[in-house]
Amino acid sequence: MTLETDAIDIRGLAFRWRDSAPLILDLPELRVRRGESVFIKGASGSGKSTLLSLIGGVMSPQAGDVHVLGQRLGELGESRRDSFRADHIGFIFQMFNLIPYLPVLDNLLLPCRFSRRRKRNIEMRGTDFRAEAERLLTHLDLSPGLLQQPVTELSVGQQQRVAAARALIGNPELVIADEPTSSLDADRRERFLQLLLKECGEQNSTLIFVSHDSTLEPQFERSIELADINRAIA
Amino acid sequence: MEMYIFVLAVKSILNRKFTIILTIFSIALSVMLLLGVERLRNDARESFANTISGTDLIVGARSGQVQLLLYSVFRIGNPTNNVSWKSYQNISEQRQVAWTVPLSLGDSHRGFRVLGTNQDYFRHYRYAVDRQLEFASGNVFEGIFDAVIGADVARELGYRPGQEIILAHGTGEVSFVKHTGNPFHVVGILRKTGTPVDRTVHVSLQGIEAIHVGWENGSPTPGRQYDPNNPQLYDLQPRAITAALVGLKSRIATFRVQRYINDYPEEPLLAVLPGVALQELWDTMAIAQQALLAISVLVVLVGITGMTTAILTSLNERRREMAVLRSVGARPWHIFVLFVGEAGVVMGIAALAGIVSLYALQLVARPLIQSRLGLYLPVHPPSLHELILLLAAMAAGMLVGLVPAYLAYRYSLADGMTIRI
Repeated sequence: MTLETDAIDIRGLAFRWRDSAPLILDLPELRVRRGESVFIKGASGSGKSTLLSLIGGVMSPQAGDVHVLGQRLGELGESRRDSFRADHIGFIFQMFNLIPYLPVLDNLLLPCRFSRRRKRNIEMRGTDFRAEAERLLTHLDLSPGLLQQPVTELSVGQQQRVAAARALIGNPELVIADEPTSSLDADRRERFLQLLLKECGEQNSTLIFVSHDSTLEPQFERSIELADINRAIA
Repeated sequence: MEMYIFVLAVKSILNRKFTIILTIFSIALSVMLLLGVERLRNDARESFANTISGTDLIVGARSGQVQLLLYSVFRIGNPTNNVSWKSYQNISEQRQVAWTVPLSLGDSHRGFRVLGTNQDYFRHYRYAVDRQLEFASGNVFEGIFDAVIGADVARELGYRPGQEIILAHGTGEVSFVKHTGNPFHVVGILRKTGTPVDRTVHVSLQGIEAIHVGWENGSPTPGRQYDPNNPQLYDLQPRAITAALVGLKSRIATFRVQRYINDYPEEPLLAVLPGVALQELWDTMAIAQQALLAISVLVVLVGITGMTTAILTSLNERRREMAVLRSVGARPWHIFVLFVGEAGVVMGIAALAGIVSLYALQLVARPLIQSRLGLYLPVHPPSLHELILLLAAMAAGMLVGLVPAYLAYRYSLADGMTIRI
């Protein structure tokens, strides 16, 4: 894995749910450079979430290669893919990102429970879990006092920012956000995106942001229309 | 790091305390019922079989052999009729008969049955495997108004030798007619036997006769009662007894003597072999016992089904949680453990709570069972048999708990990180 490799390099990818089912994804090529912030635009049902699952290594394509950070996922076994995902990728979903029975701090630290690498990354910075969690919350405009609160007491906007902090904790190289702003109103959407972009920039993480909402598009370095590159959607 | 999934399982359970406590409660109750029924079955059999030994025949008025056994040995129920003293004498004088012990029932003391008998009772009565009655303190009754009490009578009423006691007419828990004129004195206390003897007040046949002086019509005649200063005025020879225990010189003669008594021409009598009567008593209860066991097994299954339903219901709303966990690197088997762990925790706590409440219940209900049913149920550590039942219940719970866990595993494989709502 060198700096020259792309964050994501997909070639000749084909995916369908079952052998007899129609193709969902047929991507001749999709490349994202390291450190880039990319907006992938697609209507619901266009295969966005499936694409993210393939990049996350939760699903495997029938044909083609998915390289993430220079690693060809197809050559890893299932459990190696699970730990690869935990080590290198942070996810933010549309809503319900947080485990309801864990307080904010435990939710934030979840990736460090499943990834030694992300835990070590924090230790190498010379800081501890709590200080790092507080730093991220502050950067995302949240009070560090929230850490011990039950997540059920947070507003949706706060929940999404905690989810962003969780995606970023332990410096993963890649952050994938799947419609993270669709449950927020316009003002908060803008603000959330700015904070996310800034923090990814500071951590030097690649950001892939998937949404159907093109108003956010101008803030990204590059934008891709999924329908343009996915030949499965005629 | 892999252990964190157990932390999650516990926290998730704590988060749903209320439903889970209810589930645990229902399974704990069912486990208690199952073990309780099993314990009752085994200990009752033991207790029954241990109540009387060494006696070859029990003789009473003609009725059913189980009924005779119940009132003469277990002090449950009442005799239909008496055995005349003449017949009793006649039976004692039979060549094959080694010893006889007369039993006279019908009075009580504060809920405990009073047994009129003679000194031979303490010589010949055997329980468990040939164990003789022993005295914890004092000695056999000598005088007319002496009494020997069982261990439970002494313990529950706090009696010591020298204690004065008043007998009551009839066998009810509360009696309105008391033999107040002629108090008895405790002269001996028996050691614990685990049989109905523990709950019996023993007095001499003459004592029974003496307190019933003036009762010839079935109720007390005012102004007429036994006067200890003038014993020569009274004939204390009993005219009838309730039943008799018979020991033979040789067991070979058992059936001959039994037939002789059953064909007794002067009055209708019945002689039963204690072992046979115990077996018949046991057999009449066998179906009820098996039904009880079957029901308690079903109740456990109902409890387990309730738990599985609760887990399955939570499964759908927890699909989001599963997707989030997958996204941070949890593997499908982590998800599996999360759900199996829940079934395991529920079954484990429920089994423990079931055992604890069984012992609590046993401690509370023991005296009641012993006085009402004549069963001595010892408090003992779980038997191997009970442990196997308990393990079987837990295994069943875990096995059924695999269903939601497997579903969760399949969901998390299929859903991946897609959050389906």
